[in-house]
Amino acid sequence: MDIERALQTFIVESRELLAAMDDALLGIEHTQDLAESVNAIFRAAHTIKGSASLFSLDYIVAFTHVLESVLDAAREGSVKISGELVPLLLSCGDHIGALIDAVEAGQLEADEAMLQLGAPLLERLRAYLHATPLPVTLPATVRSVDSLAVDNDCWHISLRFGRDVLKNRMDPLSFIRHLGKLGTITGIVTLPDAIPPAEEMDPESCYLGFEIAFNSEIDKAAIENAFEFVRDDCALQILPPKSRISEYIRLIEELPEEPAQLGEILVKCGTLTAQELDAGLEQQSRVASGNLIGAILLEQGAVPPAVLEAALAKQHQVRALSVQDARSLRVDADKLDRLINLVGELIIAAASVDLIARRTRNVELQERNSTLSDLVEQVRDNALQLRMVKIGATFSRLKRVVYDVARELGKDIELQISGEDTELDKTVVEKIGDPLMHLVRNAIDHGIGAHDVRAGRGKPARGTVALNAYHDSGSIVIQVSDDGAGLNRDKILAKAVERGLVEPGRNLSDAEICDLVFEPGFSTAEQVTNLSGRGVGMDVVKRNITALRGSVGIASQAGQGTTVTVRLPLTLAIINGFQVGVGNTVFVVPMDMIEECIALSLEDGQEFTNLRGQVLPLIRLHALFDVEGGVGSRQGIVVIKHAGRRTGLVVDALLGEFQTVIKPLSKIFSSVKCISGSTILGSGEVALILDAPALVRQAVMRDTERSGPAARGSDLAGLVPVAA
Amino acid sequence: MNAGAQAQQRMVVAPKARWVEPRQSQYLTFMLSAEMFAIGILRIKEIIEYDTLTVVPMMPECIRGVINVRGSVVPVIDLSARFGRSLAPVSKRTCIVIVEVGAASERQDVGIIVDAVNQVLDIPATDIEPAPPFGAKIRTDFIEGMAKIGGRFVVILDINHVLSIEQTEAIAAVEPGAPAAPASSADRMA
Repeated sequence: MDIERALQTFIVESRELLAAMDDALLGIEHTQDLAESVNAIFRAAHTIKGSASLFSLDYIVAFTHVLESVLDAAREGSVKISGELVPLLLSCGDHIGALIDAVEAGQLEADEAMLQLGAPLLERLRAYLHATPLPVTLPATVRSVDSLAVDNDCWHISLRFGRDVLKNRMDPLSFIRHLGKLGTITGIVTLPDAIPPAEEMDPESCYLGFEIAFNSEIDKAAIENAFEFVRDDCALQILPPKSRISEYIRLIEELPEEPAQLGEILVKCGTLTAQELDAGLEQQSRVASGNLIGAILLEQGAVPPAVLEAALAKQHQVRALSVQDARSLRVDADKLDRLINLVGELIIAAASVDLIARRTRNVELQERNSTLSDLVEQVRDNALQLRMVKIGATFSRLKRVVYDVARELGKDIELQISGEDTELDKTVVEKIGDPLMHLVRNAIDHGIGAHDVRAGRGKPARGTVALNAYHDSGSIVIQVSDDGAGLNRDKILAKAVERGLVEPGRNLSDAEICDLVFEPGFSTAEQVTNLSGRGVGMDVVKRNITALRGSVGIASQAGQGTTVTVRLPLTLAIINGFQVGVGNTVFVVPMDMIEECIALSLEDGQEFTNLRGQVLPLIRLHALFDVEGGVGSRQGIVVIKHAGRRTGLVVDALLGEFQTVIKPLSKIFSSVKCISGSTILGSGEVALILDAPALVRQAVMRDTERSGPAARGSDLAGLVPVAA
Repeated sequence: MNAGAQAQQRMVVAPKARWVEPRQSQYLTFMLSAEMFAIGILRIKEIIEYDTLTVVPMMPECIRGVINVRGSVVPVIDLSARFGRSLAPVSKRTCIVIVEVGAASERQDVGIIVDAVNQVLDIPATDIEPAPPFGAKIRTDFIEGMAKIGGRFVVILDINHVLSIEQTEAIAAVEPGAPAAPASSADRMA
């Protein structure tokens, strides 16, 4: 196996395990199943240690070992994971993370700085260990039991005579005497254990067994021959000289007597030394090659329960892991992208076949083609599902942020998470992490006040930050809310005036004031903490989200809290589209934006229509885009819904639904705001995909310019996606 | 017109030539409003007949639209308008030359509309003069050199520069409807 790739896998897996460990640690105070959480943490440390040893990353092994020992004590219940231990364990996780980063950077040897960083952590960990009697052994060089041969030149013969040997006129002792002629019996122990109490004993039965150490040049067959006459009446086991210890152990296991006693007998008859036996038993328990021996060893008290438990847990874990491996598969993201591209081509090809099939009017062909289209659609859905990931992992990472920030600021914060199963494209997930982290930090630092302030307002001392995610007409909405003081309207306005963003004396709506916090360099915090307050947060957040073609809005109620709402497109490579004709050009509107299509009917001379008693503002695409070709005689309205607002797009023809692949447009077109991409029609022509939210924004902006500043506030208020 | 027929009309210009001969000496000559220009052949991917373009709204005139070139969407630029002249009228001989521009990391295909394609010529390096500091009808930084063909000077375009992404982006960012690339006409030497 390619060691480089194996190492990469180790790095990736270790990071995942560390994340899982973080997660379990952060949840440990609220968990229902404490044992499982502790186990999860232990497993993470244990597996990292194990994998690190495979790569001879001894310094990682050494560090993790101590951590593991503490966690092991926690599993037993002798150490409780709470209070100061939680941050300590988190720091240990971070340190291992740093070590693994170093490995990734190509540093496979311990370096002094690293060790120094780890030393205080180890010191503190050991303090927990000294409180418990559990011995901390440094990881012994792992030798497998099988490699351990017994230093002994003797055969070992284990003999149990059957009950009827005497009745069959055999003398057990004669066999042993005969054996004595074939070689030297160096040790013999008689086993009288099977002899029942005197009153039950049958004097004609043989109850004896012997363990014999036998030194001879003869081979196994010759030894067996010595017992030929009683073969059917006795149990005979022969181990050759220098057998492996595991074989002796197996022997002990198979014999009917108490193992502890047997072990000692083996020692007594000189087959094994006491040391060999101990080593054998201990190592046997460590690798736990079988449950049986484990139980036996435990019974005889040969192994401390903790060691055995670890061994058994390991067995379970190995099994659980292999089940998981079978259920999920690591795939290169590139391969996935290539697949999705191909599926895209497939869809375009299918669309063009469909077009021709319809033209030929061959019913059979059309039927088969519709089956094919169904399949293609399913393939598309499944392929896209592959790249969809739950947002839960992103949210989980924020738990740590909340924990750290809350600790640093001395605030008591609870993080509530909902909608973690909401799925979105991996490419979006990767880019949303940082903006969300900013928002969460802000919520804790600015949003939630200190204990006494909260108490004064009659709020619980523990502040709440909530993360929520849900799907809404083709977008994903992520909300970060806190139950803090809310935005201070007056302060923001004063600051905005001071910075010249707003003319003094202007009357702004609440939403507009809230929006000011997204201005570059805007901060009302009186003191700059090292977390936030420098005013480089919100505008960066907004820029990042806008770059993803998303939007961000903020809603706040004084004294009640603040909610930041981030709205992002799912940015799928393939969408369901609705084709509309505008002049000679075909445009595509993403299907999930469309509410309905209706025939055009205008209120006299107005740019809106009456949609079942509601005013529907209209955007005339023909005029907006200034396209060639006459206005159609049967104009229609495509009603789109975005962020809770309905808008009508007036088009010249409604051409129907089809699946389409989003083809990125050249960078040349990056300045065109109303087009989100392009697609290829079945005919081979290119159609442009309308960016409906941008269209609405632009229309509002134009109207705003026209109607002057007086109307500005109310118009803008509608633009900001206000939290529900 | 279906995709099959379209593909047949495409005349792929020696795609392998670019690996065979690193030092280019072959040039494609074409006409643009009765004037002859040349482009080094190594950048040219194919030449296709002018077909329906999809117009991208709210773009300056010189960006005529997009076409589908075997599954990828390629912007098409009117070279005449890029040089600050009027739009090239579409005739029977109008072609779209697909060229590859940009540096290695950011290669991009762009189509250019030309009035007619002439031929592929071998022009020895000795027959190529450097661009004159002034006097040419187009911006001197668009000129790679002046080739002597049949006793006449023909402008060899530095097509990478003419179509460079930053440049075209800058044009696109200009208010829609404004005259295309005013810089090019301003820079033109009288």
